[in-house]
Amino acid sequence: MSTNAAVMDRLAEATPQKIARRVRGLSDRAVAWLFIAPTMLLLLGMNIFPLIWTIRLSFTNYRANRPNAPLIEKGLDNYRAILTDPDVWAAMQSTAHFVFWTIVIETLLGFALAWLIDRRFRAHSFWTTVILIPMMLSPAVVGNFWTFLYQPQIGLFNYAVAFLTGIPASDFSMIGSVALAPWSIIIVDAWMWTPYVMLICLAGLRSIPDYIYEAAEVDRASPWRQFWSITLPMVLPFIMLAVLFRGIENFRMFDMVNLLTSGGPGSTTELASITLKREAFEKWRTGYSCAFAIILFVTVFGLANIYVKALNRVKNR
Amino acid sequence: MSAAARNLAHSVVEPTPLAKRIAGVLIVLYALLSMVPLGWIFLTAVKTGPDSIAYPPKVVFKPSAEGFCNLFTTRTRQTAEYIQSLPPSASVCDSVTREHNMVIAGPSNFQPRFINSLIIAFGSTALSILLGATSAYAFSRFRVPGKDDLLFFILSTRMMPPIAVAIPIYLMYRELGLNDTRVGMILLYTAVNISLAVWLLKGFMDEIPREYEEAALIDGYTRLQAFFKVVLPQATTGIVATAIFCLIFAWNEYAFAVLLTSGEAQTAPPFIPIIIGEGGQDWPAVASGTAIFLVPILVFTVLLRKHLLRGITFGAVRK
Repeated sequence: MSTNAAVMDRLAEATPQKIARRVRGLSDRAVAWLFIAPTMLLLLGMNIFPLIWTIRLSFTNYRANRPNAPLIEKGLDNYRAILTDPDVWAAMQSTAHFVFWTIVIETLLGFALAWLIDRRFRAHSFWTTVILIPMMLSPAVVGNFWTFLYQPQIGLFNYAVAFLTGIPASDFSMIGSVALAPWSIIIVDAWMWTPYVMLICLAGLRSIPDYIYEAAEVDRASPWRQFWSITLPMVLPFIMLAVLFRGIENFRMFDMVNLLTSGGPGSTTELASITLKREAFEKWRTGYSCAFAIILFVTVFGLANIYVKALNRVKNR
Repeated sequence: MSAAARNLAHSVVEPTPLAKRIAGVLIVLYALLSMVPLGWIFLTAVKTGPDSIAYPPKVVFKPSAEGFCNLFTTRTRQTAEYIQSLPPSASVCDSVTREHNMVIAGPSNFQPRFINSLIIAFGSTALSILLGATSAYAFSRFRVPGKDDLLFFILSTRMMPPIAVAIPIYLMYRELGLNDTRVGMILLYTAVNISLAVWLLKGFMDEIPREYEEAALIDGYTRLQAFFKVVLPQATTGIVATAIFCLIFAWNEYAFAVLLTSGEAQTAPPFIPIIIGEGGQDWPAVASGTAIFLVPILVFTVLLRKHLLRGITFGAVRK
């Protein structure tokens, strides 16, 4: 990216003086600022200012439903309370479980699907488009409909599982049982987002030039060896990119889970963002939840940065 | 390359017909399986209440407009006299009422919610494209101090958990009187979408040769004229693709909508799940709402298939 910008800058410098002098109207510098300023102002107003406000409130006992109550400075108390709250740790654990398993399933399945599609069978592009449909849909609206598919008495999912395994459909409830509820959200997430990983892996597979395989064939490398020595290493940066995007998205997952299980039963599927919503908009502990929000943001930002470093190392190898 | 060598190359990279067939069968199986929940939405949308909750699930049934009637009209269970009084050649929903002795318990405000979705999605998309295209052009063509940092900053705004930003936005909007207004939601969705718009459009504009504008500048155009008359028309494909991605995001968004709107500006995603009939969720009505809501996205997916990869990775991966 930076090299790209550098090339562009060099191109800009190379623009002949004659042309530059002929430019009438606003100077290039004025146009650049005119074009960038509105976007920056919007982002400052809707991201930076709120972020600073969040940091400010995170040191207080502010409650949004009692705006006129006296404001008490609490220093780092909110942060201390969050980091020692067993419920918060439970939520972080649920989130980690959810992120881990969705990434494992989506990566394995997504790569396998991409690898199959790369065989370029008849009408493969049509079926690729069909497979991509779930990820374009609204997670909330679709998550809500999955509660219908998961109904123990009437749901299609339970009927299919009962039909295949012989366990009576009314004997288990995907979103009602403590053991199965985490998997009910993992299944829906995998259904929606496996196509995403597949698409990125497919781009990776298509980026490998054919001549590498031809050379390997000349060297009499077995198909197995070709897969481990050529295919996988060359697709790895793409897989890591998919994992990064999915990891960030699922770490902050709210919509689908809120509608599917809303954290229940008990708090088995209470992901961090569900806890945050409860604290902020049901218990109205605004100061406390602002501190929680900052912790979450720093966590995802930090993890993403470490990961991007690893990604760059793999890319440059 | 000789004919023999080309044949060899062909046999190396081209999978055997058998491998192709096996791959094809597996992919088609997965595609069909993953379409089952979607198919079930469309089937449930045209079922009657009892058919929708029958066990075992019904695949063969008599289609009914009950779900759509419940979704768009406010009907309660009718008395026998009222049903008798209906004229024989009444509207579809009247004849549904006659047949099924309807129906819905909750208020049916689907239509205004749907219209809100349309206004907010299109409004924020238009604004995102306007701001995104101008910024992308500046980033693509000018030497902007700290360009890489600014671009990364724009991207990083997308990493915030929506709930985390929702708290201060809620407070800020309450002060400004923007809570539960369409303008507020349009501004918010624009702020979320702007990162995607800038990154994608910058990628598309980088690909337009600079010579076009330079020629226009030599011909006496100003920078602004060159941008509007030369660059924008060249970038039409990219702009359309970017617009559809912004549209899909704003259309599907739920977290901000559920936290910041309660009625006036509420969009369809928070509303569809709370459509209640008598004795619980009215599944045919929910399914018809879902189906209507999903159809535009299905169309867009087909239109966008060439750009999907770019759009979902912010242009980080290109095909």
